[in-house]
Amino acid sequence: MRLKCPANFRIVRLPCTGKIDVIHILRAFEKGADGVYVVGCMEGDCHFKSGNFRARKRVEQAAKILDKIGVGGERVKMFNLSSGEGPLFAQYSIEMDKKIKELGPNPVKVALQAKKKAA
Amino acid sequence: MRSIRTLEELEASGELRTSSKLEKILKMGHLAVTSECGPPRGSDPKAVTEKAALIKDHVDAINTTDNQTAVTRMCSLAACIHVKQMGLEPVLQMVTRDRNRIALQSDLLGAASFNINTMLCLSGDHQSFGDCKQGQNVHDLDSMQLIQTVRRMRDEGKFLGGDDIKRPPKIFVGAAANPFADPFEIRVPRLAKKVACGAEFIQTQCIYNLDKFEEWMRRVRERGLHEKVFIMAGMTPMKSAGMAKYMKNRVPGMDVPDEVIKRIAGVPKEKQAQEGIDICVESIQRLKEVEGVSGFHIMAIEWEEKVPEIVERSGLYPRPKV
Amino acid sequence: MIIASKKPIEEIIQEVKDYKRLLILGCNECVTVCEAGGKKEVEVLASALRMHFIKEGNEKKIDEKTLERQCDHEYLEEIRGIVDNYDAILSLACGVGVQFTAEKYHSTPLIPGVNTCFLGANEQRGMWTERCQACGSCILARTGGICPISRCAKRVMNGPCGGSSKGKCEINKELDCAWQLIVDRLRDLGRLDDYEIVAPIKDWSTERAGGPRKVVREDVQV
Repeated sequence: MRLKCPANFRIVRLPCTGKIDVIHILRAFEKGADGVYVVGCMEGDCHFKSGNFRARKRVEQAAKILDKIGVGGERVKMFNLSSGEGPLFAQYSIEMDKKIKELGPNPVKVALQAKKKAA
Repeated sequence: MRSIRTLEELEASGELRTSSKLEKILKMGHLAVTSECGPPRGSDPKAVTEKAALIKDHVDAINTTDNQTAVTRMCSLAACIHVKQMGLEPVLQMVTRDRNRIALQSDLLGAASFNINTMLCLSGDHQSFGDCKQGQNVHDLDSMQLIQTVRRMRDEGKFLGGDDIKRPPKIFVGAAANPFADPFEIRVPRLAKKVACGAEFIQTQCIYNLDKFEEWMRRVRERGLHEKVFIMAGMTPMKSAGMAKYMKNRVPGMDVPDEVIKRIAGVPKEKQAQEGIDICVESIQRLKEVEGVSGFHIMAIEWEEKVPEIVERSGLYPRPKV
Repeated sequence: MIIASKKPIEEIIQEVKDYKRLLILGCNECVTVCEAGGKKEVEVLASALRMHFIKEGNEKKIDEKTLERQCDHEYLEEIRGIVDNYDAILSLACGVGVQFTAEKYHSTPLIPGVNTCFLGANEQRGMWTERCQACGSCILARTGGICPISRCAKRVMNGPCGGSSKGKCEINKELDCAWQLIVDRLRDLGRLDDYEIVAPIKDWSTERAGGPRKVVREDVQV
């Protein structure tokens, strides 16, 4: 299955999306990511029962914080798919790539780069 | 069936504790009638005196409410003074929400200095219902402890702190009871507690569910409480089916049976008020016969002009002269 | 334990914006358990504040540290060596911890990062409810183990008031009527007769009304 998908993201593997925490998402932005998306199993299909529900809540919390500090909560999103759905994974990454490009770069990164240039 | 004593007989019996007109009428054996007068949200005394004038010949005493529903109003004590100055008998309502024990005792002395000699002890609605939701509440004492405080000041001539009072306040003390609030099993024990604290008369919550009230009275009699305290049944005429529904659904601790709502809703809008008055009169007539009911407290909220009609049609007029 | 809730991040930003070097100081006790001011909350707040101020062109030094407790001398001593590296401390401890830290480091401004709410229990995951108002003279033995001071909106000592309806309080249909709970429990304990004992007028001098309080135990002093 050769699927076209953007090459500008890094995959961070987790045993379950339930392992993700708000701080992981924030750290990604602190380190310059323009967007973060979390891909979990279909709701109701979690091997650990509620991991993906927890992940969704944490993504929502992170979005709230990003909104309040002016980075933008739309830069983080939760998706659900089952393990066999390669094409859907590709579609989600295209969708996210498009959205982040519309939003432009992470303002924190922009500010840091500007500062570096000035120095 | 009621045995009535003359005032001379009563005075000779030595049973009078105060010069309260309500105490005299109740102890003489008459069915007493009280009503109430909500002070205004302003400083015009006419708002009190005009309401009082509407009902003065038809009631024995007039309650003045104390910032009812936690909405800031002219103080109850000032309103009582206006009523007293008209030559009428006020009942000072006092809630424990807004004043600590210093202020409560002080206001009692102030009231007694104007010969205001009847009062009702309440805890008061929570401030979240009123216009000062962000305010503190005090509740240094609760309503039962306020009853104890007044009785101690009157009977022992002592402040709560133990010091003697010069000219103790001679005040006839009442309390409220809600026969319909939950849990029902302790409604009578709770009345017993108020009596044990020293309550001498009771004004109940508005009664619409007569069967439940009569059941409560049966239990009251079972414990002999009706012989220790004068129970005045609370009556509020309904103005409309809308008001009946509001009372049923929105007012905590209010029991309005569906039949009552149906009956009012069953007549045309312009006749609903009259139907409400009729229900009130019929209720009084039925409850007059209940052993242990010593009178009626008619709370015609912003409808004081209807009190004379209710009193007259209920056979409670003319009022005894004392 | 002491229950606190996080302050809104906008409020914190306003309070700290003029300090260049900031230490966010968490506490490992109550505020960790109620998820308002432990190590995790310190990390998240630090990250958010760093990003915010970089974006605003107002980059700050924001460091993180979480102490075992902020209400004890010995743990607070742990930051003595570093405290001068900061223009202010943003403490996520309860009001006790914030004040004790302020007393100890007199010349460093202290900013609270949480609102201290009440003494409560972890009723269920993500929900904490009040149980005690620290009145200083416990009456639970007489009220079926349920406190009318902390759980009745009018702290009625001889309740319930007329606003008790179907087991709930008049101020909020979700709130249990404390006196309904007391009556239920007294009944279950076979002690409903105790209901009729009138609670005496309370001595509030052991409560807040009596002024700041102190417990002294000479037997454990060294």
